[in-house]
Amino acid sequence: MDWQGQKLAEQLMQILLLIAAVVAFVVGYATASFRTMMLIYAGGVVVTTLITIPNWPCFNRHPLKWLDPSEAEKHPKPQVVVVSSKKKSSKK
Amino acid sequence: MHTFGYRANALLTFAVTALAFICAIASFSDKFSNQNPSAEIQILNINRFKKQSHGNDEVSLTLDISADLQSLFTWNTKQVFVFVAAEYETPKNSLNQVSLWDAIIPDKEHAKFRIQVSNKYRFIDQGQNLRGKDFNLTLHLHVMPKTGKMFADKIVMPGYSLPDAYR
Repeated sequence: MDWQGQKLAEQLMQILLLIAAVVAFVVGYATASFRTMMLIYAGGVVVTTLITIPNWPCFNRHPLKWLDPSEAEKHPKPQVVVVSSKKKSSKK
Repeated sequence: MHTFGYRANALLTFAVTALAFICAIASFSDKFSNQNPSAEIQILNINRFKKQSHGNDEVSLTLDISADLQSLFTWNTKQVFVFVAAEYETPKNSLNQVSLWDAIIPDKEHAKFRIQVSNKYRFIDQGQNLRGKDFNLTLHLHVMPKTGKMFADKIVMPGYSLPDAYR
């Protein structure tokens, strides 16, 4: 996934889980059935998993633009200069 | 959030936290229910009242227990554990509690009952103090929820007494 997709996935996950929790509690309380609450919440978790974890194409709409290889050759990487330190420091 | 593992971990953590939250609210919602259990116990018969070979008193009773515990059951109640204890005072101990009978009530339908039963557990004193003794029969209720803290309550019924001589 790209960066925008990751942000979207995380927000979706939090919102979907919160909605699942609220709906589960309200329906469970209204029907006075603890089992119903647990089942609805479990279903909500499974749906959220299916939506946010796999790499759906909608999360890849803003792909990163990597640098073109031919462009990279024109700008060589800076060379690392090894500086040997002398006891008497001599400033140049 | 860029591999399956990261996203799965984040989702699982958030899901479990939200689950803990709704269980806490479910447990809290129990406070809004009106609970008034009621019970009555009669001693039908004192079958045996003797002194054991070790020197301790022993009583065998038949009890008639009727109770209505239906208001204790909410959507968050798993079961109610109820037991009857005889409570009395002796020179040696300021409070003696001897459990005579108990039961597990799994749901609301079984919560209103009337039974006649002899004591499930033996009523044995530490000593020979039971002749002519006045005692209370207390019905203890332990309400066990599906999530949350168990709470204990009791209904005290005073005014019972044992005969003055062994039978």
